[in-house]
Amino acid sequence: MGGYLTQLLAVADAELRKLRHDPWELASRAIQPVLWLLLFGNVMARVRGLAPQSIPYLDFLAPGILAQSALFVAIFYGISAIWERDLGVLHRYLVSPAPRSALVSGKALSSGARALSQAVVVYFCAAAMGVHLSLRPTNVAAAILLIALGSALFSTFSLIMACIVRTRERFMGIGQVLTMPIFFASNAIYPVALMPTWLQILARLNPLTYEVDGLRAVMLARGSSVFGLTRDFTVLAVAGIAMIAVATRMYPRMTE
Amino acid sequence: MTVIGTDSPASGGLAIETFALSRRFGALTAVDGASLSVRSAEIFGLIGPNGAGKSTLIKMLTTMLPPSGGHATVAGFDLRTQAGQVRRHIGYVPQLLSADGELTGYENLLLSARLYLVPRGEREGRIRQALELMGLTEVRDRLVRQYSGGMIRRLEIAQSTLHAPSVIFLDEPTEGLDPVGRHAVWLHIRDLRARLGAAVIVTTHYMDEADALCDRIALIDRGRILVTDTPTALKRQIGERATLDDVFAQMTGQAQEGGNYRDVRRTRRAAREHA
Ligand SMILES: Nc1ncnc2c1ncn2[C@@H]1O[C@H](COP(=O)(O)OP(=O)(O)OP(=O)(O)O)[C@@H](O)[C@H]1O
Ligand SMILES: [Mg+2]
Repeated sequence: MGGYLTQLLAVADAELRKLRHDPWELASRAIQPVLWLLLFGNVMARVRGLAPQSIPYLDFLAPGILAQSALFVAIFYGISAIWERDLGVLHRYLVSPAPRSALVSGKALSSGARALSQAVVVYFCAAAMGVHLSLRPTNVAAAILLIALGSALFSTFSLIMACIVRTRERFMGIGQVLTMPIFFASNAIYPVALMPTWLQILARLNPLTYEVDGLRAVMLARGSSVFGLTRDFTVLAVAGIAMIAVATRMYPRMTE
Repeated sequence: MTVIGTDSPASGGLAIETFALSRRFGALTAVDGASLSVRSAEIFGLIGPNGAGKSTLIKMLTTMLPPSGGHATVAGFDLRTQAGQVRRHIGYVPQLLSADGELTGYENLLLSARLYLVPRGEREGRIRQALELMGLTEVRDRLVRQYSGGMIRRLEIAQSTLHAPSVIFLDEPTEGLDPVGRHAVWLHIRDLRARLGAAVIVTTHYMDEADALCDRIALIDRGRILVTDTPTALKRQIGERATLDDVFAQMTGQAQEGGNYRDVRRTRRAAREHA
């Protein structure tokens, strides 16, 4: 068991060390959520009836943008897995005695940790724009956990896609195609209640919806959750474990 | 220097035993009924033209590719049913680049040490020893993408032997290296055998290298093992003053050429990345 954790953390640690060698990647990721808040947020804030009565639209939007920016990074994670396969680095992992689930979970964990940099940026930017944030330690911790879970889930989903499509070119196409529906069929920028029924059904099947829903409750001073935090965490955890279980079966076959 | 013991079970001194091992890719049979045995502490060469099936055979023996037929034991463990045990007891340096260019040499070694569960208290010592042995101490904190081809190969060998494996697979470890680099790799291969008592399975396209380095050689062509013997015996079969090049040419019916676009693309790219 201790061995399993050592191997899992070894994978995550290697990923995070790479990030430390190339901090530009982090910086470039910070730009997108800031632009969404600044440009999209400020315009849409003028539209009446988009957010629930109780909070201003910018408050409503900030958790959505945080989840979205983490999603956009996680969903392209598969590219780096294909890249590692093409280079040969993947062999280094797969020929080791580490259980395949430890390798996949380690990658997922690193992706969750990476997303935290975006959380920092969005918190600062939102605070500067007058969003009423909650900085209670338990709330911040819950927000961190939600973002990490969401990123782990979507990056593992992306890894599964990479195992299926197998080439970078095809993955680029798929990545674009997947991001839009996951993003728009969710409550990230408008409430589920505004959607036509068929889209509401999709939104309720979409883990991003639960990530955003949970974030609204814990990030905002006057926020609340539609589904309840228990449901939000449960959906994310169960979906994440399911993804890891599937990826554990598929990932080793990438060397074939 | 301490010899680090391995706990592989007794298998009659055989590091590898394969029985009619095969692998098909669609209509192509890349490895066709390969039967061979490699003794422990033996340096065993696999030679053959591009596309002969050398890498495919090694990928099967390292559990990276499931066989389509036949079976094998590696380090005394069954390839199909005990893949985890096999992995614990082998080291593998693939034909392609496997060190991570975005990490330093030290970080690459640390990753391997952790993945192989080298005890925490021994990690730093073993990494330091490996860096010294491979002459990489000076560059340990440099990113691997700034390393030369020879340095990368030596790092990869260090990474895949930190856990003192009893069977080591090196797929074209000297490809793309200058004569000095090649020679250094030879010395390390001999040293691994002496230090770990490990069997070393090595592929190469340099016949002089196979001749000088290997105790025994298997010649593979189009997926089939044509012959397995010592370099001396192989040469004697062909003629009085034959070289291994002559053996190769005569047995495969061709001078060294061939391979398809895919082979060339893979080897060229690997070579470039090592440059
Ligand atoms: N994943 C794969 N899918 C389809 N065909 C493959 C695959 N891997 C290898 N092959 C084919 O199997 C044959 C054997 O390839 P292999 O890489 O084992 O040759 P090799 O002896 O290592 O050659 P080289 O000396 O060029 O490295 C080749 O024809 C190759 O194109
Ligand atoms: Mg090969």
